[in-house]
Parts: sequence; structure tokens; C-alpha cells
Amino acid sequence: MKFRKKLLWFIVPAFLIYSGFMLIPLILSMRVSFYEFSGIGDMAFIGFDNFYRLLFEAPYNERFFNAVGNTFEFFAYTMVFQNVTALLLALALTRGLKMTGFFRTVIFIPVTLSLLMIGFVWSIMLNPNIGVLNEILSAIGLENWTRAWLGSESLALPTVALVNAWQYTGLMVMLFVAGIQSIPEEQFESAKIDGANAWSVFKDIILPPLVPVIGIVTIMTYMGVFNQFDLVYAMVGSTGGPNYAVDVLGTFFYRTAFGGAGGQMPQMGLGATIATMTFLFIAFAIGAFLYLSHVRKKGEN
Amino acid sequence: MVKGKKDRVLDLFAYLLLIIAAIVVIYPLFVMIITSLKTNMEVLVNPFGLPTELNFEGYKYVLRTGDFPIFFRNSIFITLVSLFVLLLVTVMASYPLSRFSFFGNRMVYFYFIIGAMLPTRLATVNLYQVINGLGLFDTLWALIFIYIAMTIPISVFIIAGFMAELPRELEESAHMDGASDSRILFSIWVPLLRPALATVAIFNFIPIWNEFFFPLIFISSDHLKPLPLGLATFFGQYQSDWPTAFAALTIAILPPLIFYLIASKHFIKGLTAGALKG
Repeated sequence: MKFRKKLLWFIVPAFLIYSGFMLIPLILSMRVSFYEFSGIGDMAFIGFDNFYRLLFEAPYNERFFNAVGNTFEFFAYTMVFQNVTALLLALALTRGLKMTGFFRTVIFIPVTLSLLMIGFVWSIMLNPNIGVLNEILSAIGLENWTRAWLGSESLALPTVALVNAWQYTGLMVMLFVAGIQSIPEEQFESAKIDGANAWSVFKDIILPPLVPVIGIVTIMTYMGVFNQFDLVYAMVGSTGGPNYAVDVLGTFFYRTAFGGAGGQMPQMGLGATIATMTFLFIAFAIGAFLYLSHVRKKGEN
Repeated sequence: MVKGKKDRVLDLFAYLLLIIAAIVVIYPLFVMIITSLKTNMEVLVNPFGLPTELNFEGYKYVLRTGDFPIFFRNSIFITLVSLFVLLLVTVMASYPLSRFSFFGNRMVYFYFIIGAMLPTRLATVNLYQVINGLGLFDTLWALIFIYIAMTIPISVFIIAGFMAELPRELEESAHMDGASDSRILFSIWVPLLRPALATVAIFNFIPIWNEFFFPLIFISSDHLKPLPLGLATFFGQYQSDWPTAFAALTIAILPPLIFYLIASKHFIKGLTAGALKG
């Protein structure tokens, strides 16, 4: 069918909303990185000063490198807690067991819930005075394991990461399940005939086709962590917990650009710079991801 | 297929793992509900056990005194309007992009889907200027426009992709009848797109309903707060009145939970398909 110019009008509404409220603001926000701007009044051009402050000037650089470190630490914990668990659960869900449907439904529940509300529920469960977690530990004879989970500088971050894993494991499980189910049944049959054990079935038959899924899961986890805000806010507040122990780029950005709850002056210019740096971290990872999947595809052909 | 002894041992491990996972998922929700039914004293003395007597004071309080009905109404309004406009503009844009070849087609399509890789929050600083400039600060429309914009990339990707696969004869016969472009789009294409529309609606329902960050930035009036932001405010005020705080959480969490349990297959499929494509 022939294209008619009139049809271009159909693109206009989506184009305007998307450009006006997403893509142009994204680019213009990066531009604000080069300005001194408090949110109201004029913007003053200051070149790379914001970047300099973030990287070299105390206290900004301490907060910034702390947040970058915490974000990567959060990512590492999430990969272990969430994605390793998800892979194991996916293996369990694809064995053709009874009640698989029930378990699938239950395991997926947290994915649909609000991260913020889940954060509130868990922060009370972990409360040292009325929280059930310490009660359970005492009840099963592990009194020595009871902790002020969110009050401890060393435990707060892994604890929040664990709750984050609680929320998203279900989604990653389903991605792995989809990957495992796309493996042809004959491969399992012939492995069986060859007398392969469970480990070699996993290593030789299941794992290789899952590599692209693992790639997707990794990049999704990475982007989620660099976008993390709600859960940290709900569990330890926008200052990122005891002595900034859980302060990630999302909370640091919020406090800097919008003043947070502490009544600080908003520094939107510096905030925009944090967003730009976050963008660079994400862009770098996406670039690496696309490059690696490209190399992989080439290797297959 | 006959299972060997080793297989049965593995099955047992698999069951064990699944049962532990199910308990870990359900238990916090269970604690939330039973705590909401205790008295404050009971929460402090016996946080672990079941309530001796059901106490509905928390619920009564939340529903009577709180702004909860208003938070709900705001969330429902924002979600429905956002999804409706999203589907409308996405279907319209996907039609020329997927069914016709014209100069710049690939470029426009790429322009639309590039946003799927970029977190909208990075645009917050300038969005703040845009929203203020348009006089939309502290209005529900600020949120609605942002939500539509941030969900357009994945939606165009899914709908245009689906549309491109459909047979071409349909529109040609319609065109011979002399129907207008918009007639063809809405009476012929939209009914065929129903599965893709459902996927897009479910995939975007969850993040829009749960979004907290943008309301935190752009909404300051209590009567305009959507549920997560309203709950955060409420929770801050009632943090030592545990049954009330938990009743509020339960009320906020149950509707989407029930919605999910009714249509869990569609949710799992929609969210997983969307994620895999994104």
C-alpha cells in the first residue's frame, strides 16, 4: 500500500510527548551540568566546575565516590542474591514437578508490588525492637545472630540488597525459565541416553543457550541498581542510612538536586552532573553489552 | 519417562528450594496482615505470634481519617489516563512506522525506542524546568505526561513489532472501500492488536501504579498524592502506631496483589515478554 504524507500526522502526538517529556529533557539535563543553578532564577555557565567539584573537591567527591562504590557493591550483592537464586529456582521450576504453576505464581508475587511499600514492610520486620527476624533467630537458638540490621554500617547495604533481591528474583526466574524451555527436549533425551549426570547436563546443555539470558539479566540488574532510589529511601531514608553506608547514586542525586528532607539548598547544576555521570556509567555498560552480544553472534555464524 | 534414583533426589531438592522460596515470599506479607490486626501493645510484646483478638481499629482509622480514598482515586486516575493515552498515541505512531516505508522511517523508529535504554530519572533536572514552565507543577498532569513519555519506547517497540507481522491484504481491501486512514486504523487494526495492547497495558501498569520518585519531586499538595507518596507521608506520621501503619500498608498492597492473583498468567507473560524485548 502506498505511503501518504497525511499518515505522518499519526506520529506527531507520540513524538511530541516523548520528545518534550523525555528525550529533550534528558539532553538538556546534561547541559545543566555545565551551569550553576538552584532551581529558580538564572543559570550561570561555569564550564566543567561541577565535574571538578564532584571528582576532586571535598565533601562532594567523598560523597560521590562513596555512592559510586555503594552502587557497584549493591550490584554485586544483587547478582549473587538475586540472580544465582533465580537460576536455581528456574532449574527447579523446569523439572516438570507437581504444583509448578502454584510456585511460579507465588514466586512472581513480589515483582508486582511497590518497592517502596515492600521497603516499609521489611524495615519493620528488621527492626531490632519489634522486628520478627531477630525473634525468629532467637527462637531457633541463634541469639548470637540477631543484629540491628539496618543500623549497622557494614550490614545495612547487603540487607537492603537482599530485600531488593526478594522483590526482583521472580522476574529473573521467569526469564531463565523462558530460556530453559526454549532448549529442544531431544537434547535432554540424548544426554540421558549417554548417561550424563545432572551437573554435565547443566553445564553442557542448559548453560550455553542461557548465556544471552544471563546477559540480559545482568544488564537489567545493572540498570536497576543505577536507577535505585525507592527501596533505599523507604528502608534507611534519603541520606542513605548509617553514615551514608547505603547511599547510592539515586539517593545522592535526589539530595543534591532537590535538597532532600534535610532542608539543604537544592543544587540542580551539581545534581545534573551526578545524573550525567550516572548516564556515562549506564552508556558504558550498554555499549559493552551490545559489543559482547555482537561478538557472540559473530562467533556463532 | 522413568526417573532414576538420582533424579528423585534432585526433585526433592527442587521441592525443598521451591517451598523455602514460597515461604520467604509469603511470610512478610503474612506478617504485614497479622500485625495490622493486633493492638499496639501486642505488637510490642509479642511481634511474632498471632493476634489473640482481631483488632480492626487500624483499618477504621485509615479509612476514616486518612486521605486514603483520595490517594487511591489519584492513583487510579493517573494510571488509567496514562495507559489510555499511551495506547492511543502508540498505536497511531506504530501504524505508519510499521506498515509503510518512507524516508526516515528507520530513524524515527530508532529515535522512539532508544529511550527504552535510558532511565527517565536522569532527565529530572530539566523536567523540573519544563513542568514549572508549563505551569504543571503540583498537578496530576505533570505525572501523566512523564509516565506516557517514559513508557512510549517499549510500547512502540512491542506494538510496531506486532503490527509489522500482520498480513497486508486487510488494509488494502479497506482502502478500496474508501475508508479514511483513521477509520482503517481504529476499526481494522486495533481489534487485531488486542494481545499486544494487553501486553503493553500490563507491562506498564505496574511501574506507573508504583511510581514514587516523580510524585515525590512534582507533587506537594496532600490531595494530589498518588498512593505510594501518600502512604510514605502517612507512614512517617504513624510510625509508632504499628497496627495503623500496617493497616495502611495492607490496604495499599492488597488491590494490586488480588489483581495479580486473578490474572497471574497474563502478568507473568506480559512482564516477562516486555522485559525480554526491552
